[in-house]
Amino acid sequence: MTDFLTFLRAALLGVLVLMAAQMAAAQDPAAPGTPAPTAQPAPETAPEPPGTTAEMAPLAALIAENARQIAKPSRKTIGPVIDAIAAAPGPQTQAFLEAWADKRLGRRKADGALFVLEKAGPDWRLIDPATGATAGTAPKDDIAQLRPNSGVRGLIASALVRFQLSDPDPARRGAALDALARTASAENLGPLRASLPGETDPELAARKARLERMLTLRFDPDPAARVAAIESFSGDLGLDVRAALNPLVATTRIAATAPPAGANIAAELVPGRDIDKAAAYALLVEAGLAPPRLSAADRRAALEAHVENGAVGGVPLADLDDEDARERAYAGLVSAGLARPAATAAEVDARLAAYRFFDIHAEADPAVTDAARATLDHIEMKVGAMQGLDLGLDALSLASIYFLAAIGLAITFGVMGVINMAHGEFIMMGAYTGYVVQQFVTDYTLSILIALPLAFGVTFAAGVAMERLVIRHLYNRPLETLLATFGISIALQQVAKNVFGTQARPLTAPGWLDGAWVMNDVVSISYIRIAIFVLALIFLGFFLWLMKRTRLGLEVRAVTQNPAMAASMGIKPDRINMLTFGLGSGIAGIAGVAIGLFAKVTSELGQDYIVQSFMTVVVGGVGNIWGTLAGAAMIGGLQKGIEWFNPSNTLAAQTYMIVFIIIFIQFRPRGIIALRGRAAGD
Amino acid sequence: MNLFRKHPSLPVFLGLLAAFVLAVTLMSEAAGAGLVSTSFVKTLGKTLCLCLIALAMDLVWGYTGILSLGHFAFFGLGGYMIGMWLMYARTETIVEASLASGALPPTPQEVQDAIATQIFGVVGASDLPAIWSLAGSLPAQLALVVLVPAALAAVFGWLAFRARVTGVYLSILTQAMTLALALWLFQNDSGLRGNNGLSGLQNIPGLEQHGQDLVSLWFFWASALALGLGYLGAQWLVSGKFGSVIRAIRDDEARVRFLGYPVEGFKLFVFVLTAVVAGLAGALYYPQAGIVNPAELAPIASIYLAVWVAIGGRGRLYGAVIGAAFVSLVSTWFTGGNAPDIPLGGYTLHWVDWWQVLLGLSFVAVTLYAPRGIGGLFDLLAGLRAPNRRGAPLGPDQGALQEKEADA
Repeated sequence: MTDFLTFLRAALLGVLVLMAAQMAAAQDPAAPGTPAPTAQPAPETAPEPPGTTAEMAPLAALIAENARQIAKPSRKTIGPVIDAIAAAPGPQTQAFLEAWADKRLGRRKADGALFVLEKAGPDWRLIDPATGATAGTAPKDDIAQLRPNSGVRGLIASALVRFQLSDPDPARRGAALDALARTASAENLGPLRASLPGETDPELAARKARLERMLTLRFDPDPAARVAAIESFSGDLGLDVRAALNPLVATTRIAATAPPAGANIAAELVPGRDIDKAAAYALLVEAGLAPPRLSAADRRAALEAHVENGAVGGVPLADLDDEDARERAYAGLVSAGLARPAATAAEVDARLAAYRFFDIHAEADPAVTDAARATLDHIEMKVGAMQGLDLGLDALSLASIYFLAAIGLAITFGVMGVINMAHGEFIMMGAYTGYVVQQFVTDYTLSILIALPLAFGVTFAAGVAMERLVIRHLYNRPLETLLATFGISIALQQVAKNVFGTQARPLTAPGWLDGAWVMNDVVSISYIRIAIFVLALIFLGFFLWLMKRTRLGLEVRAVTQNPAMAASMGIKPDRINMLTFGLGSGIAGIAGVAIGLFAKVTSELGQDYIVQSFMTVVVGGVGNIWGTLAGAAMIGGLQKGIEWFNPSNTLAAQTYMIVFIIIFIQFRPRGIIALRGRAAGD
Repeated sequence: MNLFRKHPSLPVFLGLLAAFVLAVTLMSEAAGAGLVSTSFVKTLGKTLCLCLIALAMDLVWGYTGILSLGHFAFFGLGGYMIGMWLMYARTETIVEASLASGALPPTPQEVQDAIATQIFGVVGASDLPAIWSLAGSLPAQLALVVLVPAALAAVFGWLAFRARVTGVYLSILTQAMTLALALWLFQNDSGLRGNNGLSGLQNIPGLEQHGQDLVSLWFFWASALALGLGYLGAQWLVSGKFGSVIRAIRDDEARVRFLGYPVEGFKLFVFVLTAVVAGLAGALYYPQAGIVNPAELAPIASIYLAVWVAIGGRGRLYGAVIGAAFVSLVSTWFTGGNAPDIPLGGYTLHWVDWWQVLLGLSFVAVTLYAPRGIGGLFDLLAGLRAPNRRGAPLGPDQGALQEKEADA
């Protein structure tokens, strides 16, 4: 028996598919016919093969039958007519409904026949709605154009959805789904379900199935189906799911003497515990169940209105500059009958005790609200976890930015012990180099590829020049190095301001770095940030390779540890210092190009990073690249972690982060990874 | 009197200061001469306040060797503390005048609400934050001018010195502190009007009947008095044993510690004392400037302070004063558009644009070639030269710097 039923259902589906295919072929001969799904049984076993005459007749008959209603439709009664017409098979049904909704339908005054109208010079060309054949022209005076009101047009539009859902053009089917998702209504559920089996595009089929569940959970008359649909969304992170589920658990707050019968009560609220007493009383006032309390402004207005002979309610005007006197004056007015008595605190409490307060679900079925609540809770838990992941990614990206900004400093400050306050300005110079290159090379990918080595070259040269001219003379006076490089920093900043102006200059990322890697509606990370992360990793590797595997790195380490001994081994400390400083500055330039891609390039760009960069190096531990990495991770993670508590206030996050670092230095004054022994120096 | 005999620069400085004050007073508009405009009297008064904080900076850096990049934060805090009273009291008179026209006499609560709305309307708040609870009282806010910078300096200094954070690390840490404070003040919900800051401070409540020309002269006198007293006090402090100890800490901290001196205590004392002086200087400066906002506390301001002291010559008190006065006045002259532009054939050098570059480079030059700053010129005049040791060690042991290294 069940086998037979299954077979019958399959056969019916087959018919539907075939009809859709034929409709498509009839409407748009150029379009390839929709291939029949091979999994379906052959349609020849269907009980009633579709014939051409059977297609035409019902529509024509329906139109003739309901001509009067169609001509003068009413929002209330036209529904069944539209449904009947929409159910009529045939390629002209959709065209007819579309014409009706577009006000292109007309009634011939002579005999009351309906036609689809088309402009033909001063006249109308008449088209038979049932056959699509032209039925001559008629002067405009002979035809009454039908203008259904917007309510009726809405009904027609929702009836049309079922045709658009089965439209041969996937783009139109997609558009219909979009429209359906926006203006979801109970009537759409049927057509949507009907269009499901015929969908051939897998992506659209998935969207349809999802939308079907979305509509089911809202409009299906069967609570069990709704619960099943709700539960099927458990763990779904889509915003639309939350938007659909939230109205189900929405509550209104009411005051009543007893629990309202038949209502789906979410919770009972006890004033003072679950709900503010003032809010509870306000609820009573709003419902007209209690007199309002007297606000200070109302009392003041009442007092002002009854000033007589320099006194109010028996209290002299001059005394009314404190609360007690005003209270007495108002009591005087009340006893004189000049003002309404206000609810006292005791009365308020008595009223509150007389009523009970409930949160009532708008949705009547407790099973549905419970399922929605449970699903939402599950979704929220998952959203929380995903936000944690997103935060982690943000922190990682911020850490890699700090690392990139600080790695040059890790060389000049960490390895050589030179405080370079102009480091931030080297970052800025790198960013401006990128900007200048883009003025000449318009291909953004190419210009970035040129800008990276060029920025390195420019800042390397600047660093070497600075080392030769200034820093070389100050190796034994670190505090004065700080001040001298600060002087260079303000000079460079002002020069940049004079050359490039004060407004921000764009450094545009190549197109393939636009956009973001979106994992779901919660977690996403822009490609630029990924690129910066990768760049930071590359530099980490480069630094390690340079220091541990090259002759230069060996000499740098030797000179840092003991310049005199290194010199007697044939290493030129001067040359090594110059190269090391140039290298650190050059890396700052490359970091500048990377930072310029997502930040505005201004003359103050470097200033924004200098304090954070120094803190990264100091917190991490001077003279150790892993320390710099740890410092960047800690500062980035900390800042994002604090921001998480108060997302709107990034300033506060930075403040607390700095305070935390000051305290952290107490416990590890030499940073996270402190050098020990002779290498630590002093 | 011994102090004056021991330090001939002290009577000279005080005498010059007195003569300067007298001259400006006689030439001011308040005296009727009108040779010096009221706004320039204000500029001079502000400059005297900057000289006072430079004096503090010289004590902490030039004498004790702590390169603090946070003293302008204390300066700004002092300004904020006095600004709170100025703003509250002035708003109170305005609000009371407007409420008096109402039918009922206002209650204290109503007055306070109206003041809060008036002051905080600009940041979209209407409640008086807790930190403003003393703002109605002048003595309390004057006490806070001293106490707030002192407390911040004490907590920060105690934490930093206890952990033996020294040298450039300490400088970076003080800079971080300043940045944290500035960022905190930038927030609207920190209760100090966010980036709007406190404004209208030039209107002193209770002195409305006197014109700005008179009030600015009074503030000029007060600033000069504060600078004179500060100079005297600083000279007294560095002349005694205390001065010897802090100079010794500057030159070799570890050695002083091993001699048994509580180095941290000395450093903390100097740090807190100079923070208080900076707070007082700020409290005198901002009523003359009229507005205080978080940008004033930015780390860059504190670095400029170090620049002034370095250019003037650190390690001598008059050097700091000269540096602050010279750089800030020259800076006003250049940025005010008074300096003549230099045509360079095709490009005209506008000093408004290029002054910062000149300042930065001259600062580098001073650091490299004239570590004694402008004050060093007086040594040259007096014929004082550092003895030429021909590269011999500066200290007694082998680890000490060779003279040629130190000079390099």
